[in-house]
Amino acid sequence: MRSPIATVDARHRTSRASAAVALAAAAALLAGCSSASSTPQAAASAAASGSAAGSASFASVAQKAGSQITVWADSTRLPAVQAYQKANPTVKMNIVTYDGSADGSTYLQTKVQLFDRTGSGWPDVVFGSPTDVTWASQPTKSGATAFAAPLDENLVPQQTLDNFAKGSLAPCQDNGHTYCMRNDIAQVVLWYNKTLLDQWGYKVPTTWADYEALGLQVAKDHPGYLVGAVGDTNSQESYFWSSQCPAFHLTQPNTLQVNLGAADCTRMATLLDKLISAKAVSTQGFFSQGFAKASGSKVVMAYGPSWYGQYLFKSAFNTPAGQIAAAPPLTWPGETTASTGNVGGGVWMVSSHSANLKASTDLVTWLTTSDANQASAPTYPAYAPAATAWLANPTNRSYFATDVSPAFQQAANDVWTGWSNTKFSDATAWSSVVLPALTAGKTLTSALPAWQTAITNEAKANGYTVVNQ
Amino acid sequence: MTLLHPQRTAVTVSRRGRAPRRGSGGATGYLFVAGYALLLLAFGVFPTGYAFYLSVTNSQGRFTGLNQFIKVAHDYRFVPAFTNILIYLVMWLVVLVVLTVLVAVVLRGRMRPGLSALFRFLFYIPGALAGVASVLVWLFMLAPDVSPAARLLNWLGMHSFVAVIAPGNLPVIFMLIAFWTGAGGWIVVMYGALNNIPDEVIEAAKMDGAGPWRLAWHVQIPMIRQWIVYMTILAFAAGTQLFVEPQLLQTASLQRVSPTWSPNQLAYVFAFQQGDFNGAAAISVFLLALGLIGAGLLVARSNLFSLDDR
Repeated sequence: MRSPIATVDARHRTSRASAAVALAAAAALLAGCSSASSTPQAAASAAASGSAAGSASFASVAQKAGSQITVWADSTRLPAVQAYQKANPTVKMNIVTYDGSADGSTYLQTKVQLFDRTGSGWPDVVFGSPTDVTWASQPTKSGATAFAAPLDENLVPQQTLDNFAKGSLAPCQDNGHTYCMRNDIAQVVLWYNKTLLDQWGYKVPTTWADYEALGLQVAKDHPGYLVGAVGDTNSQESYFWSSQCPAFHLTQPNTLQVNLGAADCTRMATLLDKLISAKAVSTQGFFSQGFAKASGSKVVMAYGPSWYGQYLFKSAFNTPAGQIAAAPPLTWPGETTASTGNVGGGVWMVSSHSANLKASTDLVTWLTTSDANQASAPTYPAYAPAATAWLANPTNRSYFATDVSPAFQQAANDVWTGWSNTKFSDATAWSSVVLPALTAGKTLTSALPAWQTAITNEAKANGYTVVNQ
Repeated sequence: MTLLHPQRTAVTVSRRGRAPRRGSGGATGYLFVAGYALLLLAFGVFPTGYAFYLSVTNSQGRFTGLNQFIKVAHDYRFVPAFTNILIYLVMWLVVLVVLTVLVAVVLRGRMRPGLSALFRFLFYIPGALAGVASVLVWLFMLAPDVSPAARLLNWLGMHSFVAVIAPGNLPVIFMLIAFWTGAGGWIVVMYGALNNIPDEVIEAAKMDGAGPWRLAWHVQIPMIRQWIVYMTILAFAAGTQLFVEPQLLQTASLQRVSPTWSPNQLAYVFAFQQGDFNGAAAISVFLLALGLIGAGLLVARSNLFSLDDR
């Protein structure tokens, strides 16, 4: 009979909800109380004042030399952590794999919220996204300690921090302190299939106008071939960030400029709309289901991050070696130097609650700065000396048709700094508002107002003052 | 039809047998109830009470009256989430009531018992899958490149997974998942309810010239009305708490579904991303009120609990 089962089912759902509430309840009981009001604004200001006051008072918990450290890493970075363990067998490590905050996941934040309430359970070292640093560098409630330890306070020598690529530690910094070490940067470059372009007699574009003209040409002469795709969760970072569109521009620590009507945004939307309607740019994502099988071999150009080479062309599309090459970022009319975007690039953080800060810091330093790890890392190192070693590594060069070093090195210094690291992911509004509109056949230009509204709402809910001009 | 007699007698006997025991009571009864009562207090009543407490205080534990409710109701995600859930509920309840009753009537009256039993078993199977597993099955069903229903999806003009999960389609998709997992069990319940109708009544109606549809509409359905109301109340309560389906679809589609599609998801975001447990509690109290009002209306309109008095 269904009735008992139905009741169980209903009860199951109820118990799930009640369990959540119970957790919340228990957690809140344990943790006591926080700011005067629970609105994010107040929490944010409390957090701000907390970190201002707490900046000098980072008090580590009682240290236990040689105690076990818990490391949370994503599956891509897991081999690196395991390699460290192998090289340092005396360090006691508990390695946990999780999603690494990829694609806007908030798993880490959710867990830390709970650990802050229960007062235990924090991992010692985590791999996360730059977005994670925005909340991890501030207490989740007054009285709590910010999750991320300020690494510049007697943990990592300033000399080491100074060696990171220009601007690459900006997402790690808050209130004059550095809360993370950048693992990799994902500077956006122009990827192209050299074999196809040579065969068809096309020149590699250097400006956006060239790119548009070539896209239309490809659509006309070789229907079915693509010069880009906008349907991924991070396509906005490749295109709109490169266009210097003020979509996520922090003009002050708590004031966000969101102005998608700006010419720097509409120029990109117009360009992409033309290419989309000519079917030279796909509204699907490179990483969306079925794309690699259906169109992977038909991608002539892709404007995207430095990891596209290994992860998109080599792993996902199985493009044979010796075909793919990278060119420096494209310029707009009137520009002498290009500005480009950045798609991800993870960070390593050390927990301020760690009982073994030394081991944790050693691990993070080794992971981000050592040639032993970074020269063979899957992604482009943020630590400049390691990046040189990375580019010199034959495995990072042999796949490509030409040397990617000039394009990578130039792009690493061209990342536009006006696309700020906000407390909320820049992917949510793009994925849940703009992409469904494109799928429904609307133009990007017509979706800009809805995108602006979505970002504005999200920013306000996270306590920002929003300026739409 | 003679087959059904023992069953009916058994029901009558058990009803008669229960009556005297009810009066005599005894410690054994309390013992049996104790386990459930304790768990209910710990995981049902206490959390509900605590949610009420959280919803009228702020994070410092100060009384704030209705401010938490006003705050969440003014949140930009509140109205869309409740609109989504209401559209979903209306579709799901209408489809559930119409189709389960229709199928039960057909299975009960228009089919050989063996075949009917086979169908009831088949309808029931999906319900045996756990919630998450059934959503995973649907992720495949909804992707045109792997779906067994790919032709249908293509014919409807949806050539990719992302086109299938366009925002306008979501209530229909969640309704289909809910129906697929939940309806089978209810068909079995409705079938059982139809079995409880005395054969004399059916025979009398047939003798008076009632055809199968007339019989169903004027005799069978009115006689199982309270079962239908019971089903509606439970389905309504479960439906307002929709969480796993949109949450998984959001993850699987790489965020093409809003992370706050349903009110329960909104409460989750409030609690675990904004760290605002009081706001989350206020949303859950809204949901509780919605469920109670819905149940109250149905109970009052249908005399659900007057069964024992008859």
